[in-house]
Amino acid sequence: MEQVLLALFTMVVAVLGCIGYFWGSNGLLALVYPAKGKNGAANIQKSAAIRPWLFMGPAILLLSVYLIYPVFNSIYLSLHGSSGEKFVGFANYTWLINDEKFIESFINNMMWLVIVPAASTFFGLLAAALTDRISWGNIAKSLIFMPMAISFIGASIIWKFVYDFRGEDVEQIGILNAILVHFGAEPQAWIVMPGWNSVFLMIILIWIQTGFAMVILSAALRGIPEETLEAATLDGANPLQIFLQIKVPQIWGSVAVVWTTITILVLKVFDIVMAMTNGQWGSQVLANYMFDWMFRGHDFGRSATIALVIMLLVLPVMVWNVRNLRNEN
Amino acid sequence: MGSILGKNSTLTWVVHISVLLLVLLWTIPTVGLLISSVRDKDQLVATGWWTSFSTVERNLIKRSAPANEQFKEDGKFILKGNVFADQSGTVTAFGWRSQQPDAYVPGNTAQMRKGKTLKIEADGSYLLTSPTAFSSKRGARLFVTVFEKPIFTLDNYSEVLFAEGLGKSFINTMTVTIPATVIPILIAAFAAYALAWMEFPGRAIFLAVVVGLLVVPLQMSLIPLLKLYTTIGIGKSYIGIWLAHTGFGLPLAIYLLRNYIAGLPREIIESARVDGANDFQIFVKIILPLSFPALASFAIFQFLWVWNDLLIATVFLGNNEEQLVMTGRLREMLGSRGGNWEILTASAFVSILVPLMVFFTLQKYLVRGLLSGSVKGG
Repeated sequence: MEQVLLALFTMVVAVLGCIGYFWGSNGLLALVYPAKGKNGAANIQKSAAIRPWLFMGPAILLLSVYLIYPVFNSIYLSLHGSSGEKFVGFANYTWLINDEKFIESFINNMMWLVIVPAASTFFGLLAAALTDRISWGNIAKSLIFMPMAISFIGASIIWKFVYDFRGEDVEQIGILNAILVHFGAEPQAWIVMPGWNSVFLMIILIWIQTGFAMVILSAALRGIPEETLEAATLDGANPLQIFLQIKVPQIWGSVAVVWTTITILVLKVFDIVMAMTNGQWGSQVLANYMFDWMFRGHDFGRSATIALVIMLLVLPVMVWNVRNLRNEN
Repeated sequence: MGSILGKNSTLTWVVHISVLLLVLLWTIPTVGLLISSVRDKDQLVATGWWTSFSTVERNLIKRSAPANEQFKEDGKFILKGNVFADQSGTVTAFGWRSQQPDAYVPGNTAQMRKGKTLKIEADGSYLLTSPTAFSSKRGARLFVTVFEKPIFTLDNYSEVLFAEGLGKSFINTMTVTIPATVIPILIAAFAAYALAWMEFPGRAIFLAVVVGLLVVPLQMSLIPLLKLYTTIGIGKSYIGIWLAHTGFGLPLAIYLLRNYIAGLPREIIESARVDGANDFQIFVKIILPLSFPALASFAIFQFLWVWNDLLIATVFLGNNEEQLVMTGRLREMLGSRGGNWEILTASAFVSILVPLMVFFTLQKYLVRGLLSGSVKGG
């Protein structure tokens, strides 16, 4: 309990500190460049030039330390040995492309990259299109959206229970195997099947992300002008034709947003793999492999190199986002 | 839309059934977890949770009363009792040898070695007789097949909260989450206002940088920051993780808030300027109160993100009782208590309870936040 009090205290101190900083620096500015007096007009201009930087100061500082500096430091580390001191040139990179486990992780990540965004978008679109047509649609949406609030590790436990496997002569308590046995098939140990186990891990992320896709796409579908749809109906189009030929093309922009957002998430997927298999049985992915080299391998050079590969994969989406921003403005 | 569908009732039914199927698929895993977490731990591993409301058939090995409880009647030594010590059930078969645990029907008498007999009734009461005195201090083994009534209990919860240390981890998670949710908001709000309504050179570039940073993978930052923290001496401390979550949360916070603040009506801000208010006064008196929906959206995102985070907590906090958060505890349990489903299910439910409450009460703001821009991933 003391700890929570400490947390609350810190929160209050931090908030007061923020207010103090903004208020104090603003006051100081007014003191140094008073708006009245003989230089009033010039002073107002000067303080207007300085004030934005006071407002953004803390944010710039934090962003630089936590996100910008690490990019450069990682590049530096990737050219150095395990403790980050000895310069090794491109040794980490040549190690990487010859490392079997890295290649496995890379291929798995590519599979995740194709399957998870596609499946989440598909189910999200399906759920959005269907729930918009029924009276209890909002309740249904809320329930499909719910996994978004669950942590990856919590979701992993939920699904590990679904996938639970026991020998053939024992009663199955995992629902998936119980269904199989009910229909006369043999129970399977899903999590240790090389090649397929990744798919069972992907299902967890699809389960979490479908709600996100549904919310965005549902809003996009509602944004389509009524007139367009009425015109199509008058022309005799059936609901399926309207959906595929008129609605879907109109919401491509939103589909792209959903797709790229989930893509980024997938590239960083870590908790699920760590909790379910920890990369064993051929299910390793980059983020978990990087974590492995950081904590178990204690090799900062190799670990930073893997992180840079993830960064490199994210880069196209980053460029695309920034370009979109420019087009908007 | 309704008019089109109204003519086609088959299609309406297809839609209803498809949605129902989707909803079931999406909720059943969580329902299974919840139901399992309140089941008796022996029943939980014996049968699937979907059967938890029906009686359970199980083969059990029980023991009779020990030899010191025997008494003599009609020249025979007798031991009596009930195989159901503290719960009720129905015996459907019994036996006295492990090879044939279900050889006899309740009510019949089984002939054992050396003239002993065993009789077990359906209600669980048993009668052991022997021509010579019983000597076993632990009692004889009785094999019974029983129908047990479903047992629901909160024992699993009290075990994980107190014996397994999840209660302490709950407090640790709160300790991390509260400041890490609140601190970024103010810092981001000021920056967002500057980006939306103040003129300065480099504004467009700065905004582009924020959008770019939205997607920078955290993996990138872990090692450099770990080294930095060790150098300045705040490695493995709450201060370190509060600041880390603040730094990582800022791009989304600035982006969301800027989008919202930039959409506020220009007239309000300009009339305040004409009245002689400076930017600081405008921000505090006008922008902050008007931006409440956006602030709430971000607060929910950040709350869920910090509460559910495992990676940053693993890297920047220690693995000890004072600092292990719930997600970290769950991961440890998956390793050490992998087969103890009563522990895992109850723990997982405790950890997702608060996020689910936040989700269902504040869903409106969450959806609004999602729609007002892209979103940070894990």
